[in-house]
Amino acid sequence: MNGRLAEALKQGLRKWTESMAGDDLEDRLAGERPENEYGVDPFGFSLEYALSAIGPFVWLYQKYFRVQTFGIEKVPRGRVLLVSNHSGQLPLDGAMIGVAMLTEARPGRAIRSMVMNWVPTLPFVSTFFARVGQIVGTPENCRRLLEKDEAILVFPEGQKAISKLFPLRYQLQDFGQGFMRLALETNTPIVPVAVIGAEEQAPAFVDLKPVAKLLGFPAFPLTPWGLPLPLPTRYRLYFGSPLFFTGRADDDDAELEKKVKVVKAAMQTMIDQGLKARKAVFW
Amino acid sequence: MSDDRAAVVVTGISGNLGRVVAKQLHLSERVLGIDRRPFVGRPKDVEHVQVDLRKKKTDEVFRRNRVKAVIHMGILHDPRMSAEDHHSFNVLGTTRVLECAARYGVKKVVVLSSANVYGPSPNNSNFLTEDAPLMAASRFPSVRDLIEVDMLAHGFFWKHPEIETVVLRPVHIVGPSVKNAPSNYLRLERPWVMSGFDPMVQLIHVEDVGRVLIDALKPGRKGVYNVVGPGEVPLSAVFRELGHRPRSVPHVLARPVLHTLFKYRLASYPPEELDHIQFLCMVDGSRWAAESGWTPRFSMRETIRSVLGE
Repeated sequence: MNGRLAEALKQGLRKWTESMAGDDLEDRLAGERPENEYGVDPFGFSLEYALSAIGPFVWLYQKYFRVQTFGIEKVPRGRVLLVSNHSGQLPLDGAMIGVAMLTEARPGRAIRSMVMNWVPTLPFVSTFFARVGQIVGTPENCRRLLEKDEAILVFPEGQKAISKLFPLRYQLQDFGQGFMRLALETNTPIVPVAVIGAEEQAPAFVDLKPVAKLLGFPAFPLTPWGLPLPLPTRYRLYFGSPLFFTGRADDDDAELEKKVKVVKAAMQTMIDQGLKARKAVFW
Repeated sequence: MSDDRAAVVVTGISGNLGRVVAKQLHLSERVLGIDRRPFVGRPKDVEHVQVDLRKKKTDEVFRRNRVKAVIHMGILHDPRMSAEDHHSFNVLGTTRVLECAARYGVKKVVVLSSANVYGPSPNNSNFLTEDAPLMAASRFPSVRDLIEVDMLAHGFFWKHPEIETVVLRPVHIVGPSVKNAPSNYLRLERPWVMSGFDPMVQLIHVEDVGRVLIDALKPGRKGVYNVVGPGEVPLSAVFRELGHRPRSVPHVLARPVLHTLFKYRLASYPPEELDHIQFLCMVDGSRWAAESGWTPRFSMRETIRSVLGE
């Protein structure tokens, strides 16, 4: 009974996904995925599961945030690091970039993103993330996937950016250097991505640090309506031209920092232009 | 015995894996088993010395026979045994075997360790390589001696460059009559699973492990290797394949409940084992595969179903 219910739900969601994104979605995807007879790849990604599970996200993408993408054709084939700004209390910016790459890129690509290592400790969330292709962000995992020519989304500002308070919107926080080391090591192009719209979706004005500590959360920002439920802002995703870097991955921090600054500057420029181009936050 | 060929000593030969190795190996080599348990169903040409590895008599086996190689898997893992006995048997037993190998000019030592030495953890990369730290002891005090055995073998590798030492770390071994924790767990009709957790797992068939151990005897093989079977599957898919119906237990309840059940001897799994069905502990076996040309003979489906005795 339980099994049949789950199966019906899966089929229903799958149909929903296809009604929004086209029923040839699966055929449009790039490359072969190394799935075994149990329908998963070695990392636990399942295309069948993902095509059902993303239904609600495709709806958010098309109907709620009404996402517009610019320059998605600039994302090269093969291994690539998509580097984006991060905001919005819930990682919907990552989900929207994922939906864009899956449904709007030609060919479509199932990208991976790197999650924090507290995700595997969360029930249901951990399984959901693994089946849709999200991986704990260790350098080893990232290296392994890039060597398999996958597309990986990273947020070099890290956790502090997603839970940052409203006055800091569209100001890039400090970048980590890990992504640059990996790019140099695996000879991977970097595509800067600017997400416009997510930074207003859930304005938070205070961060209840003691509550966060109590719950084991990284932060506990409070929106005026309490929960981090997003407003229907309009998302605009800008994909920049790929940046190629050469040099030693184990170089001094100062040397790496120069390269990181190039990426950060490219992103800040794209963000500023995107903000200037839009007429309103909600449409 | 009239056989005067140089022998391969196999410790722990009476266990499931030991018998598998003996049966594969005795066709081509003179096999000399050491185990304190009797060897049921021993092939006629396999010699067996029934002695505790820690005893002086182990030395005699090496002194009296020309030994060219040792396969050491006389390592036990029984959560019910006192920690002291456990530690003594595993660590002192291994120490004695390695000492004998060095003293009596053995050319090859193969030690069976386990991929469990890395330990399941939410911080793990999906595929751990051989240089990953052995973290299992931080959460599982009971496997501390298995790590110690691995380290002893590792140290022996560096101390004796004249001996080819191979340390093998296979993933969960399963098989028709294998009685280890993963095989027993998979045999349960209504096993516990942690609700909302469905980690990817790696299994290997006991006969495939036997083939690896024998392959490791080949000249030139040395070093530390992870060994994987036919691939990775979600735990839920394993139970679906077996037709078992898991019971979903919230992880916050599972730990204290299992702790109590174990304490009153109503469960045979210590609560730390829950980590294995909650977090990842998978390894990258590509080095062994590349250097030895190894591929498993049993498919994923056959490996899973083997616990049912098929």
